Amino acid sequence: MTLSERMYLPAIAQGLGITLKHFFKKKATINYPEETRSRSEIWRGLHVLKRDENGAERCTACGLCAVACPAEAITMTAGERKKGEEHLYREEKYAVTYEINMLRCIFCGLCEEACPKAAIFLQDDKLAPARYERDEFIYGKDRLVEPLKTTETK
Amino acid sequence: MAKITFDGIEVEVEDGTTILQAARKIGGDVVPPAMCFYTPLKGSGGKCRVCLVKVTQGSARDPRPMPKLVASCITPVQDGMVVENTTNEEVLNARKGIVEMLLINHPLDCPVCDQAGECDLQNLSYEHGVSATRYEEPRRTFDKVDLGPYIQLHMTRCILCYRCVYTADQITEKRVHGVLGRGDAAEIGTYIENVIDNDFSGNVIDVCPVGALTDKTWRFKNRVWFTKPMNAHRDCPTCSGKVTLWGRGDTVLRVTARKDEYAEVEEFICNTCRFDKKEMSDWTIEGPRHIDRGSVISANHYELPVVNVPIVPNLPKSTVKKMPTE
Repeated sequence: MTLSERMYLPAIAQGLGITLKHFFKKKATINYPEETRSRSEIWRGLHVLKRDENGAERCTACGLCAVACPAEAITMTAGERKKGEEHLYREEKYAVTYEINMLRCIFCGLCEEACPKAAIFLQDDKLAPARYERDEFIYGKDRLVEPLKTTETK
Repeated sequence: MAKITFDGIEVEVEDGTTILQAARKIGGDVVPPAMCFYTPLKGSGGKCRVCLVKVTQGSARDPRPMPKLVASCITPVQDGMVVENTTNEEVLNARKGIVEMLLINHPLDCPVCDQAGECDLQNLSYEHGVSATRYEEPRRTFDKVDLGPYIQLHMTRCILCYRCVYTADQITEKRVHGVLGRGDAAEIGTYIENVIDNDFSGNVIDVCPVGALTDKTWRFKNRVWFTKPMNAHRDCPTCSGKVTLWGRGDTVLRVTARKDEYAEVEEFICNTCRFDKKEMSDWTIEGPRHIDRGSVISANHYELPVVNVPIVPNLPKSTVKKMPTE
Protein backbone atom coordinates (compact mmCIF):
# COMPACT_ATOMS: atom_id res chain seq x y z
CA MET A 1 0.00 0.00 0.00
CA THR A 2 1.14 3.56 -0.57
CA LEU A 3 1.44 6.09 2.25
CA SER A 4 -1.90 7.78 1.49
CA GLU A 5 -3.66 4.46 1.44
CA ARG A 6 -2.12 3.47 4.74
CA MET A 7 -3.37 6.66 6.39
CA TYR A 8 -7.05 5.71 5.44
CA LEU A 9 -7.96 9.41 5.52
CA PRO A 10 -8.97 9.76 1.84
CA ALA A 11 -11.13 6.66 2.16
CA ILE A 12 -12.85 8.03 5.28
CA ALA A 13 -13.51 11.35 3.51
CA GLN A 14 -14.93 9.53 0.52
CA GLY A 15 -17.26 7.51 2.75
CA LEU A 16 -18.45 10.62 4.59
CA GLY A 17 -19.03 12.25 1.23
CA ILE A 18 -21.43 9.53 0.23
CA THR A 19 -23.29 9.90 3.52
CA LEU A 20 -23.50 13.67 3.03
CA LYS A 21 -24.81 13.25 -0.50
CA HIS A 22 -27.76 11.20 0.83
CA PHE A 23 -28.83 14.05 3.16
CA PHE A 24 -29.84 16.04 0.11
CA LYS A 25 -31.52 13.24 -1.80
CA LYS A 26 -35.29 12.72 -1.98
CA LYS A 27 -36.50 10.31 0.71
CA ALA A 28 -37.40 6.81 -0.48
CA THR A 29 -39.85 6.23 2.37
CA ILE A 30 -43.34 7.64 2.86
CA ASN A 31 -45.39 8.09 6.04
CA TYR A 32 -47.80 5.19 5.52
CA PRO A 33 -50.72 5.10 6.35
CA GLU A 34 -51.06 8.92 6.37
CA GLU A 35 -49.60 8.99 2.89
CA THR A 36 -50.10 6.29 0.29
CA ARG A 37 -48.22 5.68 -2.88
CA SER A 38 -50.11 6.09 -6.12
CA ARG A 39 -50.98 2.75 -7.65
CA SER A 40 -51.39 1.66 -11.20
CA GLU A 41 -54.85 2.14 -12.65
CA ILE A 42 -55.17 -1.57 -13.21
CA TRP A 43 -54.07 -2.45 -9.69
CA ARG A 44 -55.98 -5.43 -8.32
CA GLY A 45 -56.73 -5.11 -4.63
CA LEU A 46 -59.46 -6.23 -2.28
CA HIS A 47 -62.63 -7.71 -3.78
CA VAL A 48 -66.03 -6.10 -3.65
CA LEU A 49 -69.45 -7.58 -4.46
CA LYS A 50 -71.30 -4.83 -6.25
CA ARG A 51 -74.93 -3.83 -6.03
CA ASP A 52 -76.97 -2.66 -8.98
CA GLU A 53 -78.46 0.82 -9.38
CA ASN A 54 -81.41 -0.12 -7.11
CA GLY A 55 -79.19 -1.45 -4.36
CA ALA A 56 -79.86 -5.14 -5.03
CA GLU A 57 -76.97 -7.58 -4.93
CA ARG A 58 -75.82 -8.54 -8.40
CA CYS A 59 -74.28 -11.90 -7.48
CA THR A 60 -76.40 -14.93 -8.37
CA ALA A 61 -74.00 -17.54 -6.96
CA CYS A 62 -73.42 -19.06 -10.39
CA GLY A 63 -70.04 -20.41 -9.30
CA LEU A 64 -68.08 -19.26 -12.32
CA CYS A 65 -65.67 -17.20 -10.18
CA ALA A 66 -65.02 -20.21 -7.97
CA VAL A 67 -64.35 -22.52 -10.92
CA ALA A 68 -62.12 -19.89 -12.56
CA CYS A 69 -60.14 -19.29 -9.35
CA PRO A 70 -56.72 -20.91 -9.71
CA ALA A 71 -56.13 -20.79 -5.95
CA GLU A 72 -59.56 -22.20 -5.04
CA ALA A 73 -60.09 -19.33 -2.66
CA ILE A 74 -63.81 -18.80 -3.28
CA THR A 75 -66.68 -20.82 -1.82
CA MET A 76 -70.37 -20.06 -1.84
CA THR A 77 -73.79 -21.49 -1.18
CA ALA A 78 -76.83 -20.47 -3.16
CA GLY A 79 -80.37 -19.82 -2.06
CA GLU A 80 -83.68 -19.03 -3.65
CA ARG A 81 -85.03 -15.52 -3.39
CA LYS A 82 -88.34 -15.33 -1.56
CA LYS A 83 -91.24 -13.06 -2.38
CA GLY A 84 -90.63 -9.58 -1.05
CA GLU A 85 -86.85 -9.79 -1.35
CA GLU A 86 -86.71 -8.40 -4.87
CA HIS A 87 -85.09 -5.19 -3.61
CA LEU A 88 -82.29 -7.16 -1.95
CA TYR A 89 -81.32 -9.60 -4.69
CA ARG A 90 -81.38 -8.99 -8.40
CA GLU A 91 -82.13 -12.52 -9.62
CA GLU A 92 -84.18 -15.42 -8.31
CA LYS A 93 -81.04 -17.09 -7.02
CA TYR A 94 -78.57 -15.37 -4.72
CA ALA A 95 -75.51 -16.15 -2.62
CA VAL A 96 -76.49 -17.00 0.95
CA THR A 97 -72.83 -17.23 1.91
CA TYR A 98 -69.89 -16.10 -0.14
CA GLU A 99 -66.39 -16.44 1.23
CA ILE A 100 -63.00 -15.53 -0.12
CA ASN A 101 -59.90 -16.72 1.68
CA MET A 102 -57.51 -13.80 1.31
CA LEU A 103 -54.54 -15.94 2.28
CA ARG A 104 -55.22 -18.20 -0.67
CA CYS A 105 -56.15 -15.45 -3.10
CA ILE A 106 -53.41 -14.43 -5.48
CA PHE A 107 -55.29 -11.35 -6.75
CA CYS A 108 -55.11 -12.50 -10.36
CA GLY A 109 -58.52 -11.06 -11.25
CA LEU A 110 -59.81 -14.17 -13.02
CA CYS A 111 -62.98 -14.08 -10.88
CA GLU A 112 -63.68 -10.59 -12.16
CA GLU A 113 -63.16 -11.77 -15.72
CA ALA A 114 -65.38 -14.84 -15.27
CA CYS A 115 -68.31 -13.02 -13.66
CA PRO A 116 -71.26 -12.88 -16.09
CA LYS A 117 -73.21 -10.48 -13.90
CA ALA A 118 -70.50 -7.84 -13.31
CA ALA A 119 -70.83 -8.53 -9.59
CA ILE A 120 -67.29 -9.07 -8.35
CA PHE A 121 -64.52 -6.54 -8.85
CA LEU A 122 -61.03 -6.10 -7.49
CA GLN A 123 -60.80 -2.55 -6.16
CA ASP A 124 -57.85 -0.37 -7.06
CA ASP A 125 -57.69 1.44 -3.74
CA LYS A 126 -58.01 -1.21 -1.04
CA LEU A 127 -55.79 -3.99 0.29
CA ALA A 128 -56.48 -6.90 2.55
CA PRO A 129 -54.82 -5.56 5.72
CA ALA A 130 -52.50 -7.60 7.91
CA ARG A 131 -54.20 -9.42 10.78
CA TYR A 132 -53.19 -11.56 13.71
CA GLU A 133 -55.44 -14.58 13.19
CA ARG A 134 -55.69 -16.76 10.12
CA ASP A 135 -59.47 -17.07 10.26
CA GLU A 136 -59.79 -13.31 10.05
CA PHE A 137 -58.61 -13.57 6.47
CA ILE A 138 -61.72 -15.46 5.39
CA TYR A 139 -63.87 -12.61 4.14
CA GLY A 140 -67.59 -13.28 4.19
CA LYS A 141 -70.43 -11.34 2.66
CA ASP A 142 -70.38 -8.89 5.57
CA ARG A 143 -67.02 -7.56 4.44
CA LEU A 144 -67.29 -8.16 0.69
CA VAL A 145 -70.66 -6.72 -0.27
CA GLU A 146 -70.59 -3.07 -1.16
CA PRO A 147 -72.29 -1.04 1.60
CA LEU A 148 -75.70 0.35 0.76
CA LYS A 149 -75.56 3.98 -0.28
CA THR A 150 -77.67 6.23 1.88
CA THR A 151 -79.02 9.58 0.74
CA GLU A 152 -76.30 11.47 2.62
CA THR A 153 -73.35 9.63 1.17
CA LYS A 154 -74.67 9.64 -2.37
CA MET B 1 -75.90 -53.58 -45.53
CA ALA B 2 -75.36 -50.10 -46.92
CA LYS B 3 -72.06 -48.38 -47.44
CA ILE B 4 -72.05 -44.62 -47.07
CA THR B 5 -69.38 -41.93 -47.09
CA PHE B 6 -69.73 -39.45 -44.27
CA ASP B 7 -67.38 -36.46 -44.39
CA GLY B 8 -65.02 -38.55 -46.49
CA ILE B 9 -65.07 -41.48 -44.06
CA GLU B 10 -66.56 -44.71 -45.32
CA VAL B 11 -68.77 -46.66 -42.97
CA GLU B 12 -70.92 -49.72 -43.43
CA VAL B 13 -74.21 -49.93 -41.57
CA GLU B 14 -77.40 -51.95 -41.55
CA ASP B 15 -80.16 -51.00 -43.97
CA GLY B 16 -82.64 -48.62 -42.40
CA THR B 17 -80.10 -46.98 -40.10
CA THR B 18 -80.36 -43.22 -39.98
CA ILE B 19 -77.51 -41.01 -41.17
CA LEU B 20 -77.04 -39.77 -37.60
CA GLN B 21 -76.59 -43.28 -36.23
CA ALA B 22 -74.13 -44.06 -39.03
CA ALA B 23 -72.16 -40.94 -38.10
CA ARG B 24 -72.20 -41.99 -34.47
CA LYS B 25 -70.71 -45.29 -35.53
CA ILE B 26 -67.74 -43.28 -36.82
CA GLY B 27 -67.78 -41.09 -33.70
CA GLY B 28 -65.66 -38.09 -32.88
CA ASP B 29 -66.06 -34.57 -34.22
CA VAL B 30 -67.95 -35.46 -37.39
CA VAL B 31 -71.12 -36.48 -35.52
CA PRO B 32 -73.90 -33.93 -36.07
CA PRO B 33 -75.37 -32.50 -32.87
CA ALA B 34 -78.89 -33.55 -31.89
CA MET B 35 -81.22 -31.67 -29.60
CA CYS B 36 -84.50 -33.52 -30.07
CA PHE B 37 -83.48 -36.99 -31.27
CA TYR B 38 -83.10 -39.49 -28.44
CA THR B 39 -82.28 -43.10 -29.28
CA PRO B 40 -84.31 -44.76 -26.47
CA LEU B 41 -87.45 -42.83 -27.41
CA LYS B 42 -89.49 -44.06 -30.35
CA GLY B 43 -90.63 -41.35 -32.74
CA SER B 44 -88.26 -38.68 -31.46
CA GLY B 45 -86.27 -36.58 -33.90
CA GLY B 46 -86.87 -34.29 -36.84
CA LYS B 47 -87.96 -31.28 -34.81
CA CYS B 48 -84.98 -29.18 -33.82
CA ARG B 49 -83.16 -29.27 -37.19
CA VAL B 50 -79.66 -28.92 -35.71
CA CYS B 51 -78.61 -32.24 -37.21
CA LEU B 52 -79.10 -31.04 -40.80
CA VAL B 53 -76.57 -32.45 -43.27
CA LYS B 54 -75.98 -32.16 -47.01
CA VAL B 55 -76.47 -35.29 -49.08
CA THR B 56 -74.34 -34.76 -52.18
CA GLN B 57 -75.13 -38.16 -53.64
CA GLY B 58 -78.45 -39.81 -52.89
CA SER B 59 -77.40 -43.41 -53.53
CA ALA B 60 -75.31 -45.53 -55.86
CA ARG B 61 -78.33 -46.11 -58.11
CA ASP B 62 -79.47 -42.50 -58.19
CA PRO B 63 -76.41 -40.27 -57.69
CA ARG B 64 -78.32 -36.97 -57.80
CA PRO B 65 -77.85 -34.81 -54.67
CA MET B 66 -80.83 -34.24 -52.42
CA PRO B 67 -82.26 -30.77 -53.18
CA LYS B 68 -82.35 -29.52 -49.59
CA LEU B 69 -80.45 -30.16 -46.40
CA VAL B 70 -81.93 -33.18 -44.64
CA ALA B 71 -82.36 -33.94 -40.95
CA SER B 72 -79.85 -36.72 -40.38
CA CYS B 73 -81.68 -38.18 -37.38
CA ILE B 74 -84.72 -39.27 -39.41
CA THR B 75 -83.24 -39.84 -42.87
CA PRO B 76 -82.34 -43.47 -43.50
CA VAL B 77 -79.12 -44.30 -45.32
CA GLN B 78 -78.98 -45.75 -48.83
CA ASP B 79 -76.16 -47.70 -50.35
CA GLY B 80 -73.57 -45.38 -51.91
CA MET B 81 -74.82 -42.26 -50.18
CA VAL B 82 -72.32 -39.41 -49.81
CA VAL B 83 -73.00 -37.07 -46.87
CA GLU B 84 -71.22 -33.89 -45.89
CA ASN B 85 -71.44 -32.41 -42.43
CA THR B 86 -68.45 -30.49 -41.06
CA THR B 87 -66.88 -30.23 -44.51
CA ASN B 88 -69.83 -28.35 -45.98
CA GLU B 89 -70.09 -24.58 -45.55
CA GLU B 90 -73.83 -24.60 -46.25
CA VAL B 91 -74.48 -27.03 -43.40
CA LEU B 92 -72.42 -25.03 -40.93
CA ASN B 93 -74.18 -21.79 -41.88
CA ALA B 94 -77.60 -23.42 -41.60
CA ARG B 95 -76.68 -24.75 -38.17
CA LYS B 96 -75.59 -21.31 -37.05
CA GLY B 97 -78.96 -19.95 -38.10
CA ILE B 98 -80.80 -22.73 -36.29
CA VAL B 99 -78.91 -22.06 -33.07
CA GLU B 100 -79.92 -18.43 -33.38
CA MET B 101 -83.55 -19.47 -33.84
CA LEU B 102 -83.42 -21.79 -30.82
CA LEU B 103 -81.99 -18.99 -28.71
CA ILE B 104 -84.57 -16.40 -29.77
CA ASN B 105 -86.90 -17.11 -26.89
CA HIS B 106 -84.33 -18.68 -24.59
CA PRO B 107 -83.83 -16.47 -21.52
CA LEU B 108 -80.05 -17.14 -21.32
CA ASP B 109 -80.27 -17.27 -17.54
CA CYS B 110 -77.43 -19.81 -17.36
CA PRO B 111 -75.96 -18.30 -14.16
CA VAL B 112 -79.23 -19.14 -12.41
CA CYS B 113 -80.10 -22.35 -14.28
CA ASP B 114 -79.33 -25.70 -12.67
CA GLN B 115 -78.62 -27.30 -16.04
CA ALA B 116 -75.63 -25.03 -16.76
CA GLY B 117 -72.48 -27.04 -17.25
CA GLU B 118 -74.27 -30.07 -18.66
CA CYS B 119 -76.69 -28.31 -20.99
CA ASP B 120 -76.88 -29.45 -24.60
CA LEU B 121 -78.04 -26.04 -25.77
CA GLN B 122 -75.11 -24.40 -24.01
CA ASN B 123 -72.65 -26.72 -25.72
CA LEU B 124 -74.39 -26.33 -29.05
CA SER B 125 -74.39 -22.55 -29.01
CA TYR B 126 -70.80 -22.51 -27.79
CA GLU B 127 -69.71 -24.61 -30.74
CA HIS B 128 -72.00 -23.44 -33.49
CA GLY B 129 -73.57 -20.15 -32.43
CA VAL B 130 -72.57 -16.54 -32.51
CA SER B 131 -71.83 -14.62 -29.33
CA ALA B 132 -74.22 -11.74 -30.00
CA THR B 133 -77.97 -11.73 -30.56
CA ARG B 134 -79.80 -9.77 -33.26
CA TYR B 135 -83.18 -10.25 -31.61
CA GLU B 136 -84.61 -7.09 -30.12
CA GLU B 137 -88.24 -7.97 -29.42
CA PRO B 138 -89.30 -9.08 -25.93
CA ARG B 139 -88.80 -12.79 -25.30
CA ARG B 140 -91.82 -14.83 -24.33
CA THR B 141 -92.09 -15.42 -20.61
CA PHE B 142 -93.93 -17.94 -18.47
CA ASP B 143 -94.24 -18.49 -14.75
CA LYS B 144 -92.54 -21.48 -13.16
CA VAL B 145 -94.81 -24.51 -12.88
CA ASP B 146 -94.55 -27.32 -10.34
CA LEU B 147 -95.10 -30.69 -11.99
CA GLY B 148 -95.72 -32.70 -8.88
CA PRO B 149 -93.57 -32.46 -5.77
CA TYR B 150 -90.25 -33.21 -7.47
CA ILE B 151 -90.17 -31.63 -10.92
CA GLN B 152 -90.18 -27.98 -11.85
CA LEU B 153 -91.00 -26.72 -15.34
CA HIS B 154 -89.37 -23.53 -16.58
CA MET B 155 -91.27 -23.04 -19.80
CA THR B 156 -89.12 -20.01 -20.72
CA ARG B 157 -86.12 -22.27 -21.26
CA CYS B 158 -87.95 -24.93 -23.29
CA ILE B 159 -86.96 -25.46 -26.93
CA LEU B 160 -89.95 -27.75 -27.66
CA CYS B 161 -87.93 -30.83 -28.49
CA TYR B 162 -90.83 -33.10 -27.39
CA ARG B 163 -88.44 -35.53 -25.66
CA CYS B 164 -90.28 -35.30 -22.34
CA VAL B 165 -93.61 -35.82 -24.09
CA TYR B 166 -92.36 -39.03 -25.71
CA THR B 167 -90.90 -40.14 -22.38
CA ALA B 168 -94.20 -39.56 -20.61
CA ASP B 169 -96.00 -41.43 -23.36
CA GLN B 170 -93.66 -44.38 -23.62
CA ILE B 171 -92.25 -44.88 -20.13
CA THR B 172 -95.46 -44.12 -18.31
CA GLU B 173 -98.81 -45.71 -19.10
CA LYS B 174 -101.13 -42.77 -18.77
CA ARG B 175 -100.72 -39.69 -20.89
CA VAL B 176 -100.38 -36.83 -18.44
CA HIS B 177 -97.99 -34.52 -20.17
CA GLY B 178 -98.13 -32.98 -23.62
CA VAL B 179 -97.67 -29.91 -25.75
CA LEU B 180 -100.45 -27.32 -25.82
CA GLY B 181 -100.81 -24.66 -28.47
CA ARG B 182 -99.07 -24.22 -31.76
CA GLY B 183 -96.02 -22.47 -33.15
CA ASP B 184 -94.87 -19.58 -31.04
CA ALA B 185 -97.60 -20.21 -28.48
CA ALA B 186 -96.74 -23.89 -27.99
CA GLU B 187 -95.91 -24.92 -24.44
CA ILE B 188 -95.43 -28.03 -22.37
CA GLY B 189 -98.60 -28.46 -20.41
CA THR B 190 -99.84 -31.00 -17.92
CA TYR B 191 -103.51 -30.81 -18.87
CA ILE B 192 -104.48 -28.33 -16.20
CA GLU B 193 -102.29 -28.99 -13.19
CA ASN B 194 -102.45 -32.75 -13.53
CA VAL B 195 -99.52 -33.85 -11.44
CA ILE B 196 -97.22 -36.43 -12.88
CA ASP B 197 -97.35 -39.18 -10.30
CA ASN B 198 -95.97 -42.10 -12.30
CA ASP B 199 -93.04 -43.94 -10.72
CA PHE B 200 -90.78 -43.14 -13.68
CA SER B 201 -91.82 -39.53 -14.21
CA GLY B 202 -88.45 -38.22 -13.02
CA ASN B 203 -86.87 -39.36 -16.26
CA VAL B 204 -88.26 -36.31 -18.05
CA ILE B 205 -85.57 -34.37 -16.17
CA ASP B 206 -82.82 -36.51 -17.67
CA VAL B 207 -84.09 -36.37 -21.23
CA CYS B 208 -84.54 -32.59 -21.22
CA PRO B 209 -81.66 -31.11 -23.24
CA VAL B 210 -82.04 -27.71 -21.57
CA GLY B 211 -82.95 -26.61 -18.07
CA ALA B 212 -86.69 -26.57 -18.67
CA LEU B 213 -87.39 -29.61 -16.51
CA THR B 214 -85.28 -29.67 -13.38
CA ASP B 215 -85.06 -31.66 -10.19
CA LYS B 216 -86.60 -29.73 -7.29
CA THR B 217 -84.56 -31.65 -4.72
CA TRP B 218 -81.42 -30.37 -6.44
CA ARG B 219 -82.64 -26.86 -7.09
CA PHE B 220 -79.86 -24.34 -6.39
CA LYS B 221 -78.09 -26.86 -4.14
CA ASN B 222 -74.78 -26.61 -5.95
CA ARG B 223 -73.26 -26.14 -9.36
CA VAL B 224 -72.72 -29.30 -11.36
CA TRP B 225 -68.99 -28.68 -11.78
CA PHE B 226 -68.43 -28.65 -8.01
CA THR B 227 -69.98 -32.08 -7.56
CA LYS B 228 -68.31 -35.41 -8.11
CA PRO B 229 -70.06 -37.90 -10.36
CA MET B 230 -69.81 -41.51 -9.23
CA ASN B 231 -71.32 -44.66 -10.63
CA ALA B 232 -73.38 -46.50 -8.05
CA HIS B 233 -76.08 -49.12 -7.83
CA ARG B 234 -78.61 -50.51 -5.38
CA ASP B 235 -81.13 -53.31 -5.35
CA CYS B 236 -84.22 -51.61 -6.62
CA PRO B 237 -87.48 -53.54 -7.07
CA THR B 238 -88.79 -51.20 -9.78
CA CYS B 239 -85.77 -50.26 -11.90
CA SER B 240 -82.26 -51.45 -12.65
CA GLY B 241 -80.85 -49.29 -9.84
CA LYS B 242 -77.83 -48.29 -11.89
CA VAL B 243 -77.33 -44.57 -11.44
CA THR B 244 -74.83 -41.74 -11.28
CA LEU B 245 -74.50 -40.01 -7.93
CA TRP B 246 -73.52 -36.37 -7.90
CA GLY B 247 -72.12 -35.59 -4.51
CA ARG B 248 -69.82 -33.40 -2.56
CA GLY B 249 -67.86 -35.01 0.23
CA ASP B 250 -70.13 -37.59 1.83
CA THR B 251 -73.40 -35.98 0.82
CA VAL B 252 -75.34 -37.07 -2.23
CA LEU B 253 -76.80 -33.96 -3.81
CA ARG B 254 -78.41 -35.49 -6.86
CA VAL B 255 -79.10 -38.84 -8.47
CA THR B 256 -79.42 -39.19 -12.24
CA ALA B 257 -79.47 -42.00 -14.75
CA ARG B 258 -76.20 -42.86 -16.45
CA LYS B 259 -75.76 -40.94 -19.67
CA ASP B 260 -73.53 -41.81 -22.60
CA GLU B 261 -71.41 -39.42 -24.64
CA TYR B 262 -74.47 -38.18 -26.54
CA ALA B 263 -76.26 -37.43 -23.24
CA GLU B 264 -78.66 -40.31 -23.78
CA VAL B 265 -79.62 -42.35 -20.74
CA GLU B 266 -78.52 -45.97 -20.68
CA GLU B 267 -81.34 -47.13 -18.42
CA PHE B 268 -84.27 -45.17 -17.06
CA ILE B 269 -84.44 -45.08 -13.27
CA CYS B 270 -87.37 -44.84 -10.90
CA ASN B 271 -88.38 -41.92 -8.72
CA THR B 272 -87.46 -43.71 -5.50
CA CYS B 273 -83.85 -44.02 -6.62
CA ARG B 274 -83.79 -40.51 -7.99
CA PHE B 275 -85.46 -38.50 -5.26
CA ASP B 276 -85.53 -40.50 -2.05
CA LYS B 277 -82.17 -42.24 -1.78
CA LYS B 278 -79.88 -39.37 -0.91
CA GLU B 279 -77.62 -41.18 1.58
CA MET B 280 -74.22 -42.67 0.77
CA SER B 281 -75.28 -45.76 2.74
CA ASP B 282 -78.13 -46.43 0.30
CA TRP B 283 -75.70 -47.07 -2.52
CA THR B 284 -72.83 -49.32 -3.52
CA ILE B 285 -70.23 -47.06 -5.08
CA GLU B 286 -68.56 -48.48 -8.17
CA GLY B 287 -66.13 -45.66 -8.82
CA PRO B 288 -65.76 -42.27 -10.42
CA ARG B 289 -67.57 -41.71 -13.65
CA HIS B 290 -65.61 -40.85 -16.77
CA ILE B 291 -66.02 -37.18 -17.65
CA ASP B 292 -64.94 -35.79 -20.98
CA ARG B 293 -61.80 -33.67 -20.73
CA GLY B 294 -63.48 -30.73 -22.46
CA SER B 295 -66.37 -30.59 -19.99
CA VAL B 296 -66.38 -28.05 -17.18
CA ILE B 297 -67.29 -30.92 -14.84
CA SER B 298 -63.81 -32.36 -15.37
CA ALA B 299 -62.32 -29.53 -13.28
CA ASN B 300 -60.99 -31.16 -10.09
CA HIS B 301 -62.41 -34.50 -11.16
CA TYR B 302 -59.99 -37.31 -10.54
CA GLU B 303 -60.25 -40.72 -12.08
CA LEU B 304 -58.04 -43.71 -11.68
CA PRO B 305 -54.82 -43.09 -13.59
CA VAL B 306 -54.35 -45.17 -16.70
CA VAL B 307 -51.15 -46.79 -15.47
CA ASN B 308 -52.94 -48.40 -12.54
CA VAL B 309 -55.73 -49.92 -14.56
CA PRO B 310 -54.10 -53.32 -15.16
CA ILE B 311 -53.24 -53.85 -11.47
CA VAL B 312 -56.59 -52.93 -9.92
CA PRO B 313 -58.95 -55.92 -10.12
CA ASN B 314 -62.64 -55.73 -11.08
CA LEU B 315 -62.69 -52.14 -12.25
CA PRO B 316 -66.04 -50.78 -13.37
CA LYS B 317 -66.34 -50.15 -17.08
CA SER B 318 -66.58 -46.40 -16.65
CA THR B 319 -63.11 -46.05 -15.15
CA VAL B 320 -61.26 -47.90 -17.87
CA LYS B 321 -59.79 -45.45 -20.31
CA LYS B 322 -58.94 -46.17 -23.87
CA MET B 323 -55.20 -46.55 -24.22
CA PRO B 324 -53.69 -44.81 -27.22
CA THR B 325 -52.94 -47.39 -29.88
CA GLU B 326 -49.46 -47.37 -31.28
